[in-house]
Amino acid sequence: MNYRLMAYGNILKKDMQNYYLKPPNLSWGIIFPISWTLMFFLRSGSDVDIKAILPGVMALSILFGTTSMLSVTITFERKSRSFERLLLSPISLNLLMLAKTTGAIIFGIINAFIPVLFASFFVDLGGIQWTLLFSGVVLIAVTSTFLGLFIAVSVNEVFEAQTFSNFFRFPMVFLCGLFIPLEQLPRVLRPLSYLFPLTYGADILKFSVNHQASINRIVSFAILLLYAVGLFLVSTHNIKKRWIY
Amino acid sequence: MHIIEVTQLQKHFGDFKAVKGIDFFVEQDEVFGFLGPNGAGKTTTINMLTGLARPTAGTIQIAGHDGIREIKKVQRIIGIVPDESNLYDDMSGYENLVFCASLYGIKKQEREKRARQLLKQFTLDDTGSRPFKAYSKGMKRKLTIAAGIIHNPTILFLDEPTTGIDVESARQIRTMIRSLNNQGTTIFLTTHYIEDAERLCDRIGFIVEGRIIKVEETQSLLQEAQREHIVEFKVEHLDEGVIQEFLQSFNQIQVPRISDQTIRISSGRPIELMPYMEFLTSHNSKVLEAKLVHPSLEEVFVHITGVEIDRLKKEKEGKK
Repeated sequence: MNYRLMAYGNILKKDMQNYYLKPPNLSWGIIFPISWTLMFFLRSGSDVDIKAILPGVMALSILFGTTSMLSVTITFERKSRSFERLLLSPISLNLLMLAKTTGAIIFGIINAFIPVLFASFFVDLGGIQWTLLFSGVVLIAVTSTFLGLFIAVSVNEVFEAQTFSNFFRFPMVFLCGLFIPLEQLPRVLRPLSYLFPLTYGADILKFSVNHQASINRIVSFAILLLYAVGLFLVSTHNIKKRWIY
Repeated sequence: MHIIEVTQLQKHFGDFKAVKGIDFFVEQDEVFGFLGPNGAGKTTTINMLTGLARPTAGTIQIAGHDGIREIKKVQRIIGIVPDESNLYDDMSGYENLVFCASLYGIKKQEREKRARQLLKQFTLDDTGSRPFKAYSKGMKRKLTIAAGIIHNPTILFLDEPTTGIDVESARQIRTMIRSLNNQGTTIFLTTHYIEDAERLCDRIGFIVEGRIIKVEETQSLLQEAQREHIVEFKVEHLDEGVIQEFLQSFNQIQVPRISDQTIRISSGRPIELMPYMEFLTSHNSKVLEAKLVHPSLEEVFVHITGVEIDRLKKEKEGKK
């Protein structure tokens, strides 16, 4: 096996065992989407339209799962200096960061489908465009993970990573059309919505589940891809600048 | 053959010049000691040699590769043991070693075999299944060294390998460094423990304030030191006026160190004690003790770097 592929696989395996498959993180993946679903259920009484809120809950599960995990694990490894060991290994920085982010991407994808699994017990999920939904989920997971990476390489402490993450996450919850359609947002806030990558991801999910969309799918995919590449490049540039000083 | 060759290496952090154009080489198969007081530029130099820092100027050649442009090729053949352990707390000793080996493309069976061998070699075979966080300081340091050599590197960089660990572990580590070197690994060692350098290094480079001020064979340094006669006076009280007068009165001898309560004088000839005793007593500085000091590499270090021995001791204690 090529040594690069071997290193990639082993970094991913190590992260899965050390972080993502740990009971607190597994329970996070289950509790978080349930909490969001219950919150909407309680707010709107018993007649909540599960299918209507499903894309929003999925998107938030990915966003919170990936950004929390990645920004914490990388910051933690940086503090304990074990990240230095990876930087000193003979694999390229791009491959190293891909290996470090793949675990979070997988975690995000799994998190996204937990609400789908729960929803399947209550509503008929027929009519969902599964290929489009899965593609959207993957792209949101990639973009959110790279946003987490961008946050992780911009701070020094774990608590700073969490604070900085919230600076991005909470505006996205309210401004990305997840629960309030973009058309119903105040006109002054709408341009801001189009700056957030999750706006495009949530729109893809909405179309896949409920066949409602505000943005052309090709445009949404292209913008998400641009965000993913851009965030990855900026993050690796920051690592070179800040950590290989 | 020069396995490491550094030319006019510089590292600036804004206006601060941490390394100011150093030149040195390391011979293949030797143990090269890199000594200097805290903040002299030792770790910055190691970081530049291993790829954790980018030089501001200068060149690095390691085993025929450009140490700046071809750093990933260099990292395949070097092992790095930093001054603080950098393994994974939740993984066992064995898992840590196997994981580190996987970063160098060593196949599964081979890396498992090598991990078991190293655990045995470092007398950690009984504790290989324990999480790293449950290891003692000495065990952690031994496992970090094992992780640094899991891929049989040609050159091993050791940053303060025996600092802050128990005497027995330090002894084992010194033996292991010697044995690795006997097997053909070139060792680049930084240490605060002059005794380690004296015991282990073939050659020593001294770095002070970002400049290399001397590179010489350890034996020559020791011979040079042993030609000196050194006497140390411990006095009850020393004030600045007395020190200045002392320096003026005895300007024909070397006074390499004056600190809180101690004056140390050195000369190429035997030292007559009485004039110094009389001077100090007549200046209300009661002499508590006068002793002959056997010159060691520490004296050379003090002489070359200008670091007071008291400061050196404090630095060592600080590191612990």
